[in-house]
Amino acid sequence: MMKLEAIIQPSRFESVKDALREVGIEGMTVTEVRGHGRQKGHTEVYRGREYTVDLLPKIKLEMVLPDKLVNVVVDTILKSAKTGKIGDGKIFISRVEEAIRIRNEERGESAL
Amino acid sequence: MNRTVLYCCFAIVVLFLTVPLSAQQAPATNPSMTAGSAAQTSVSKDINDKLAQLDQRVTAAQSAGDNAWMLVSAALVLMMTGPGLALFYGGLVRRKNTLAIMMQSFAMMGLISVLWALVGYSLAFGGDGPIIGNFSHAFLRGVGVDPNPDYAATIPHLTFMIYQMMFAVITPALITGATAERMKFSGTVLFMTLWFLIVYAPLAHMVWGKGGFLNAAGGRFPCLDFAGGTVVHISSGVSALVCALYMGKRIGFPKQPMPPHSLVLSFIGACLLWVGWFGFNAGSALAANGLASSAFVATHLGAAAAAIGWAAAEWFKNGKASALGAISGAVAGLVAITPAAGFVRPMPAMVIGLVAGLCCYFMVTRVKALFGYDDALDAFGVHGAGGTIGALLTGVFAQEIVNPIFGSGKPVGGLDGHWSQVGNQLVGVLIAWGFALVGTIVILKITDVVTGFRASEEQEVDGLDVTQHGEEAYYLES
Repeated sequence: MMKLEAIIQPSRFESVKDALREVGIEGMTVTEVRGHGRQKGHTEVYRGREYTVDLLPKIKLEMVLPDKLVNVVVDTILKSAKTGKIGDGKIFISRVEEAIRIRNEERGESAL
Repeated sequence: MNRTVLYCCFAIVVLFLTVPLSAQQAPATNPSMTAGSAAQTSVSKDINDKLAQLDQRVTAAQSAGDNAWMLVSAALVLMMTGPGLALFYGGLVRRKNTLAIMMQSFAMMGLISVLWALVGYSLAFGGDGPIIGNFSHAFLRGVGVDPNPDYAATIPHLTFMIYQMMFAVITPALITGATAERMKFSGTVLFMTLWFLIVYAPLAHMVWGKGGFLNAAGGRFPCLDFAGGTVVHISSGVSALVCALYMGKRIGFPKQPMPPHSLVLSFIGACLLWVGWFGFNAGSALAANGLASSAFVATHLGAAAAAIGWAAAEWFKNGKASALGAISGAVAGLVAITPAAGFVRPMPAMVIGLVAGLCCYFMVTRVKALFGYDDALDAFGVHGAGGTIGALLTGVFAQEIVNPIFGSGKPVGGLDGHWSQVGNQLVGVLIAWGFALVGTIVILKITDVVTGFRASEEQEVDGLDVTQHGEEAYYLES
């Protein structure tokens, strides 16, 4: 099992979600986050005072997948989340030790 | 139908017969007419009674119309403080200080209202001294439904009193914009009480009170202030600057960003202020008459032109016209048109608004940064500067055709050729500045000794909502 965390542009979220549904991925956890990588922020002016807003709103998707699905999902996200500009986000993949379904205590990939 | 015609004919005949009699004190009567004239006298008495009744009814009708408008105006001016100003300021502070700043406005609705009824009204509008009123109307003694012909002959004295009360309520509330996010509540209450008694009441008397030495009608320096450019805006704006300088900057200012937490609230507040201002300015005609319409139009156009002025300046400078800029401009225009509203025609009103929008933008963005004082919500930049500009331009643009305040045919402002009025305005402005400056310094010293003025560092960091009032504006977890 692998855990996949993708940080994407809020504007791409709907199309990423639709694309993932098309390849059969239903479960995911979504968080609204703020952060920045290489993308610079923007400037806001309130009565002449300028503020640089460098922490920008992003969407974080988290999902734990059976090993065999990881490549498909990564490809799908790459295709649907890309705008080609700085600030498109990143995908992180890590190994997951165990998954347990709370309702019936199933374990492993069948709990996903 | 026939009967009506008959009555009319009779009335006309009687009128012809009686008018010369009553007008010329009944010339010597011919003995042969004595019997007839006795009958005429009784008819003429009837007619006179009828006329007197009619006169009374006309007065009552005018009073009803004027009173309706003035009660609505009073309510509109109250709406400017709460929710208008409370929302406008509330949105501009950081989230942790929202309730505190709103409460500072609301507290004035309670505190100043009570003080006004106890002594404030009497100090401002009692007696006829040059500087301050007296205690003749303390506890609202002698303030009833009968009009007070010194100020407003067609509305109940009570209406005049409550209308002026709303001005007294909003004026100290304006100051809280400069001291926002760091003034403690106990200090606010004491400061505002003293400020109202020592600065506002005398200034209102000097400019508006009977015998006041800046009163446009008969004062030593007749200063035109239709609805409170000097009394309300210069006094509060200058005091706000003194408070900001005395208190010092907020922790972290200007390095730490302190953007407004909700411009939506500010937006609603500014729009309510705009609407309420019709009561403030058009209501200052103290009657539902042509002057009120004139002031209404001038007020609206002044605000509109100023909103355009500020937004355009910003667009030119930053490449974007911001919502905050547009609403700030509108408020600046409303401030500047306040002293002028009942003296200027619509086109000059727009000029005043435009100038105020541009100047206040410059004050708030450049001058403040240059001197580095922390007038948190720009009470001075908008009210002090806007009020000063408006008061001076009133002297330039006031016209006899709008308001013959110095008497029919006598020139009023510069456009009428009476340029020395600008000098009178300047005297009024300087006295308001000086009075507010000195008064506020004294009051600040007293407040500092008795309750303290500024919240502690810890309280300021934690936010005034929790530390001063024990609550939070937004309890999102609940």
